[in-house]
Amino acid sequence: MLVARRELAAYFDSYWGWVVIAVILLIDGMLFNAFAMGDTPRYSSEVIEQFFFFSFGCTVIASLPVTMRLFAEEKQTGTMVLLDSAPLSRWQLVGGKYLSALLVMAVLVLSTLFMPALVFVNGKVSYGHLFAGYLGLMLVAAATTGLGTLGSAVSRNQIVAFIVSALLVVFFVLAWAMAKVTDPPLKDIISYLSFFDRHFRGFMEGKVSTESVVFYVSIAFASLLLASRYLAARRWR
Amino acid sequence: MIEATGLTRYYGDFAALDDLSFTIEDREIVGFLGLNGAGKSTALKILAGLLMPTAGTVRVSGVDANSNPDALRRKIGFLPEEPPLYREMRVREFLTWCGEVKGQSRAEVRRAMPGVLDICDLEPMADRVIGELSHGYKKRVGIAQAIIHRPEVVILDEPISGLDPHQIVEMRKVVRSLKEHATVLISSHILSEIEQTCDRVLVIHRGRLVFEGSGEDLADRGRDHRLLVVVRGGADDARAVLSDAEIVEAHEVLGAEAAAPGDHAFRVTLTGDHRGALVRALVEAGLELRILDEARSELERVFLQLTGEAADQAPAGGRDDEAA
Repeated sequence: MLVARRELAAYFDSYWGWVVIAVILLIDGMLFNAFAMGDTPRYSSEVIEQFFFFSFGCTVIASLPVTMRLFAEEKQTGTMVLLDSAPLSRWQLVGGKYLSALLVMAVLVLSTLFMPALVFVNGKVSYGHLFAGYLGLMLVAAATTGLGTLGSAVSRNQIVAFIVSALLVVFFVLAWAMAKVTDPPLKDIISYLSFFDRHFRGFMEGKVSTESVVFYVSIAFASLLLASRYLAARRWR
Repeated sequence: MIEATGLTRYYGDFAALDDLSFTIEDREIVGFLGLNGAGKSTALKILAGLLMPTAGTVRVSGVDANSNPDALRRKIGFLPEEPPLYREMRVREFLTWCGEVKGQSRAEVRRAMPGVLDICDLEPMADRVIGELSHGYKKRVGIAQAIIHRPEVVILDEPISGLDPHQIVEMRKVVRSLKEHATVLISSHILSEIEQTCDRVLVIHRGRLVFEGSGEDLADRGRDHRLLVVVRGGADDARAVLSDAEIVEAHEVLGAEAAAPGDHAFRVTLTGDHRGALVRALVEAGLELRILDEARSELERVFLQLTGEAADQAPAGGRDDEAA
């Protein structure tokens, strides 16, 4: 918790967290207004689906600037030695950093609630649909924040961390497209890894799938495991 | 007590440490001396639990660094050459966080805080933002973070690098005061600094221990009856005395910048400890003896003798262990 506490303070004292949240909310809001609300009449559930579609993209993109600094900045500024020389397990270290980034992502995701609230004005929205959609967004945030944490752990500076994390995230987001040009059995595996097409579409439509919950949590766990292993191995290099 | 046995560390094919062994008693200030890339920082990082040795063991008060690194880290305070500081934090806030992350409760940190601020003379800066402090104060905050959890061993990597002369004097006081509470290990490539601050010196070269003893022992190795002699009077008379005297093995005239106007400076090598005879010879020749002093800069020459290197032949291609 000590690591998470300091990290959270760094996000908000340096305004980095606020800037990322503000920019992403602005983009999400503009997309919501232009495409989800639109000019033509449609059912509220369709508007909410559109909202979750754009929010998925915004959440994925936001995780990159939020996570890129976690370890890469410490290496850049030479403060990593404070954490390396502390009697903390690598799990505590990675977990603390991850938790702080996930909390920032949670603030971002929950800040979008005003958009579905606008739909209430002239429409009828299912609370179950909203719950499923937000659960999906939080799970996507958990997975992409895990990938970003891994990207930052293996990188020496923040720009490289951003690129590595972006490559990892793009792979999982575009897995459905790669699956289309791949033969079985690899096709089924790659298709299963698709963040949006295979796993998020259900949440977007108001359906909760246990398989997808397990999938997102597994991606987050595997990323953190790799990050902690990588950091532990630094003592040998 | 710190016991290092057979420490070896490879970076690829390069041996930064090669079978290094030493023992350090409690409450000693020990200096690690060596050229850049000699292996000092690698040795200190292994002692601090930041690196694993390729072979060999380190035990601090009976705790094995390889098998129990977390227990070791509780006993160690480490300051790298560049102080690791969160620039946006205030000094007291930063030190509190460091103490807690090193396993102390907030109450323990609160109790330790006044003493640490006093040792490092940081009380006036305690509520300042770290990023706004001078380099000297940042170094002090670096030392404070290394001792806030009351470690048994404090490791300081090049603690005076980048400090001005006033800050160096202050830093020496801080380092000496640490001895009351902990064993202190310092690395430096500046001999005079190590000699003034440390009880004992370990000279490392190419990852091996080439000398172990006090600073005086190290200086004694360089004593070869070389003197700085400054006289007032005729320069030709002085040269004649030095040329004719059988006790003088060699002499050289130093530049005008080595002496005051009207004085003449010489570097003189005697055949033995014949300082009395030299003084008599100069005075009898009608010269006024202004200075007769041992050439203290010889310490550097001793170091080069130990390491077998010429000053301009520092280990080319040797990997600087800072890169680790």
